Amino acid sequence: MSQSQQEDLKKRELDAMCVNESQLSHPWYHNIKYIFIGVLFGIVFVKAEIVSWFRIQEMFRLQSFHMYGIIGSAIAVGALSIWMIRKFNIKTIYGEDIVIVTKPFNKGVILGGLMFGIGWAITGACPGPLFAQVGTGATVVIVTVLSAILGTWFYGLLRDKLPH
Amino acid sequence: MLQFLQQPWPWYIAGPLIGLTVPALLIMGNKNFGISSSLRHVCAACIPAGIDYFKYDWKKEIWNLLFVLGIIIGGFLAVAYLSSGEEIIIHENLRTELKEYGITDFSNALIPADVVSWTQLCSLKGFLLVVLGGFFVGFGTRYAGGCTSGHSIMGISALSWPSLVATICFMIGGFFAANLLIPIILSL
Repeated sequence: MSQSQQEDLKKRELDAMCVNESQLSHPWYHNIKYIFIGVLFGIVFVKAEIVSWFRIQEMFRLQSFHMYGIIGSAIAVGALSIWMIRKFNIKTIYGEDIVIVTKPFNKGVILGGLMFGIGWAITGACPGPLFAQVGTGATVVIVTVLSAILGTWFYGLLRDKLPH
Repeated sequence: MLQFLQQPWPWYIAGPLIGLTVPALLIMGNKNFGISSSLRHVCAACIPAGIDYFKYDWKKEIWNLLFVLGIIIGGFLAVAYLSSGEEIIIHENLRTELKEYGITDFSNALIPADVVSWTQLCSLKGFLLVVLGGFFVGFGTRYAGGCTSGHSIMGISALSWPSLVATICFMIGGFFAANLLIPIILSL
């Protein structure tokens, strides 16, 4: 493999996707279950005020424990679940081995992380909450989502020129 | 029961429920919890423009878009059927600070209606909060390879150190913006 090919492969591996897709193919309606998970998730987002601009401001001003409690306990439950999945070799409902993909380190983790942090505080929402806010009828947030899509697109455009 | 659900939910209920999304998605179909990727799939589906980063079979990631669709529906249901209709109670210092910038409307618990609205979109601060903020969210999450769900919750749960670094950077960026940038923006 030539140097440039290797370089190209390295770039593609960053933030790789479709690496974890199911090897089985299912009829389309098998995807409907993800809508239900999303619905439950959206309800929790709104009812726990995770999607509130005010709660995010409190978090970044150290005025409330609320968001720290949520993120912290979510990580604790998530970590315990993954530990159990690994320990007991739990399979998917289709009997496949569960594959957990961790993200590789590159400079983007720091630079992009700082950028996202700024956006998170300004909009008072990370991507999930943005969608939930739209659902609650805050139609102006559609503009925020479109702007986020545009930001993603510009990242794609400039990707090769950015430090990774 | 309904009245109970209509109150704002405490962190120790909401946090574990969100944490459970991680095993739910893995067990249902080997899906790694993450939301910001959906923005990439929208680009790949609608405006790929020949950019390498958007040349992949987005249809294989359709579950992520359906998950996001569910979040939108969930947001609607929460407000339509589980809302108490009360003002949000926020920290006294924040309330005083926001009052200085003319933010006094707390009837919408989720967004500051005084500065984030269709009419305010034409003002400089409204534009910056909505458009600039959104752009940073989209660009930053992809550059970092994930957001709060993919890095902070899924990544740290899987004990991946780059995700911990990402989360620390999210927090640094957030502290910087909330304490130094937002006062400037809101004063405009």
